[in-house]
Amino acid sequence: METTTSPARAKAGSAQHPGTVARRRQRVGWLFVSPFLLIFVIFLVVPLGYAFYMSLFTSTLAAGKSFTGADNYIKAFTDPIFLEGMARVGFFALVMIPLQIGIALLAALVLDTLATKLSKASRLLIFAPYAIPVVIGALMWGFLYSPRFGPATTIFEVFGMQAPEFLSANLIFGSLVNIVTWQWSGYYMIVIYAALRSIDASIYEAARVDGATGTQIALRIKVPMISSSMVMVLIFAIIGTLQFFTEPVVLRNIAPGAIDAAFTPNMYAYALAFQYSQFNYASTIAFSLGILVFIGSYIFLYFTRKQSGLEK
Amino acid sequence: MSAVTDKPSVRKSRSSRDHTERGVGDNRRIGSHVLLGILAIYFILPLWWLLVSSTKSTSSLFSSAPLWFDNPADFVDNVQGLFTHQGGIYWTWLGNSFLYAFTGGVGATILAILAGYGFAKYRFRGRGVAFGFILGSVMVPLTALVVPTFLLLSNVGLINTPWAVILPSLLSPFGVYLMRVYTQDAIPDEMLEAARIDGSGEFRTFFRIALPMLKPAIVTVLLLSVVATWNNFFLPLAMLSDPQLLPVTVGLNNWTKLSNAGAGGEQVWNLITSGAFISILPLLISFLFLQRYWQGGLAIGSVK
Repeated sequence: METTTSPARAKAGSAQHPGTVARRRQRVGWLFVSPFLLIFVIFLVVPLGYAFYMSLFTSTLAAGKSFTGADNYIKAFTDPIFLEGMARVGFFALVMIPLQIGIALLAALVLDTLATKLSKASRLLIFAPYAIPVVIGALMWGFLYSPRFGPATTIFEVFGMQAPEFLSANLIFGSLVNIVTWQWSGYYMIVIYAALRSIDASIYEAARVDGATGTQIALRIKVPMISSSMVMVLIFAIIGTLQFFTEPVVLRNIAPGAIDAAFTPNMYAYALAFQYSQFNYASTIAFSLGILVFIGSYIFLYFTRKQSGLEK
Repeated sequence: MSAVTDKPSVRKSRSSRDHTERGVGDNRRIGSHVLLGILAIYFILPLWWLLVSSTKSTSSLFSSAPLWFDNPADFVDNVQGLFTHQGGIYWTWLGNSFLYAFTGGVGATILAILAGYGFAKYRFRGRGVAFGFILGSVMVPLTALVVPTFLLLSNVGLINTPWAVILPSLLSPFGVYLMRVYTQDAIPDEMLEAARIDGSGEFRTFFRIALPMLKPAIVTVLLLSVVATWNNFFLPLAMLSDPQLLPVTVGLNNWTKLSNAGAGGEQVWNLITSGAFISILPLLISFLFLQRYWQGGLAIGSVK
């Protein structure tokens, strides 16, 4: 870290005094990062600050805007709708993340041992859903689940059974898990696969000489060596799952009975803001969700900091 | 510096090597292929269904076999329907999606390249703090920002304009992180010093020497940010109410809502399936053509 403090006065072409050069470089460094920092402040720092500010007030038609301090937070953390939504996405995370990462890891490990045309083709096919917008993915699955359009009825009839009602309140959880797994496993697989590819293969030779089997190599050598990729993928899965929004909103069109307007905290914040114009409380919910996800990811990162590539 | 940067994390693919020498027996190979085959079918089946369905009329969507073609010529009718239904607004939506994804994605990439390079190659006061904030913000769920951003933009009258979608899409902290890590690995300081000694200015060095070396990371960050903007649903849903400004995702969702409501004239299931099919082609094709870049690029920053 340099100790220069005075504003950079050096002009290009002036005598190349070492201190002057360093100061000029400092200024150039700031020039490179400042466009992003500007956007960062306007669209991340300011909205977060504004959400926090809004959350401290309550507006009513009768009394107008008044400062209510932590009242909105007390309300939120005792609000059964918000708590239920948080519990629901928490439960989604517990089921969905191991499933997605498990499939991704298994597929990546298998792909890493094969280099056939068939394996290359399946790699692309498994990845393909990532290129589909989430809305379109959810729409498609909505059709597939539907007893009117979907193949399920036909397929189950072959076995003389009745197709399950995928869009009923009982099964909607599994139906949503399926959509998310379908959409994201391929992306995680490619990240893990790319990390596996960059391991030097000579390590495996040494292990094999020592008598290690393929499974042992996979679990004892490959997985530990790509732990930073695994941590990164897990962080993204956590962040993604806890802000669950698009899939339930799209499926709600066809299964309004099974998914209510406050199914997830994000949906609740959206409904509060855009249907009920409760902007202060909506900001409280949004801010609380943001903080909870941040704390959750941070704790995870803290405990895996040795493996993570994100520490710096 | 962290251990992440010990060695270049992106190397040439070893796909040319013979992987059978990794000791996988024939039985294992058959088992592995069966497993991959099952996964591939699961992941591709919905897309196959969409391809088939995009060629069906509404009545055959209900009546014919769901996983096979009925009368492929109906695809032409569906496309014509997309040109006439609500004055061909579908194509406006598709154009909007392109506009938002392109401006948002390219803009976010440019900002990420500049910032990543600045953080990687210059020592300046406040660098550590600024980068720490950016890294922490990777964990902030961007959807939590939608409601406050909406309130802020409505104060300055930008709601219901393309800017309300494009400007927030420029924010890509993860892109900056990727570019920084990649720049550190790919461009040695000695090379920049050599350029300086030869009299090349800082910006000239950046454009002439650094930029070409960053190509794989640029393609990766560009694809990731284009996908993020193209995919975004919450942001345009909140920011835009004028039907003419919607991206194709929000537009098609609106058609589904209307069709489900059962209003007779609004039942356009055939247009939803064919419209959805057409809308996924651009990204699928870009991924296919750029695969050798992004597959390697995705490993950036994740390997010790």
